[in-house]
Amino acid sequence: MEDISLHLLDLAQNSISAGASLVEIFIVEDTHKGQMIVTLRDNGHGMDESQVKRVTDPFFTTRNTRRVGLGIPLFQASAEATGGQMYIKSCKGRGTEIKAVFHTTHIDCLPLGRVDDTILSLILLNPEINFVYSHKKQDKHFLLDTRQIREVLGQVSIENPSVIEWIRKYLSDGLEEINGGV
Amino acid sequence: MKSLQELEQIKQKTLDSVSLRKDRAGGIRIVVGMGTCGIAAGARPVLMSFLEEVQKRNLRDVTITQTGCIGVCRLEPMVEVTRPGEEKVTYVKMTAEKAKRVISEHIVNGKIVNEYTIGAAE
Repeated sequence: MEDISLHLLDLAQNSISAGASLVEIFIVEDTHKGQMIVTLRDNGHGMDESQVKRVTDPFFTTRNTRRVGLGIPLFQASAEATGGQMYIKSCKGRGTEIKAVFHTTHIDCLPLGRVDDTILSLILLNPEINFVYSHKKQDKHFLLDTRQIREVLGQVSIENPSVIEWIRKYLSDGLEEINGGV
Repeated sequence: MKSLQELEQIKQKTLDSVSLRKDRAGGIRIVVGMGTCGIAAGARPVLMSFLEEVQKRNLRDVTITQTGCIGVCRLEPMVEVTRPGEEKVTYVKMTAEKAKRVISEHIVNGKIVNEYTIGAAE
């Protein structure tokens, strides 16, 4: 994966396959500490303890079509390459949380990439699922919650082209704001 | 900064327009492969390019959806286009630029871009 936002897009696919109705992505950047914490939490069907243990093994997958599953091992490798770590918590029937710590000053740290494109892709492709995207950088905070958007929209679909366009702008403006108006 | 008030206005405008109620089930489907392989190979910019073109050209009967890995990872990013009443067309090794051409030639004008199809690649 070229950047962390692509990892997030990929990991969210696992949540969707797990039947999640809510997928939450949290990013906390601490530039002073040179650290970034990325969390993805879903309310999908979760995994039992033995599955959690095996999930970081590239040769473990729940699919029947092939015998490899690379998403989580790749994400773990990207975090560990910076001297960071990845953690997985999961509860059968409740959901899964994947959290990774990246040391952003490490030369091997991937760029964050276009998180706005990742979130927009997820909303566009999964209009029946709710997404929360919370991004903190120092004292600035950006939040997008599709439940809030749906509340405003009422019977208008979130897939409506004008709504998708609004979300696209809302994301890019919001990220510009927390990145210091660059 | 975009505001939720603005979203409220969009809602009102949409409710006023009749086109909203058009049934999209009979339209053209664009399916983008979004497995780990597809994403790593560049599916997201392809998807963004399709979205941009569909929005720009105001193509109302086009639905963009996703699928997982279909097992030919070396040909990713892959995209399937289905026009109503026609056979599915599979495009391989897609890019944002190629997506624009698929929109203008295949989606809008109904002419398959043969050189991008899986048949041409194999």
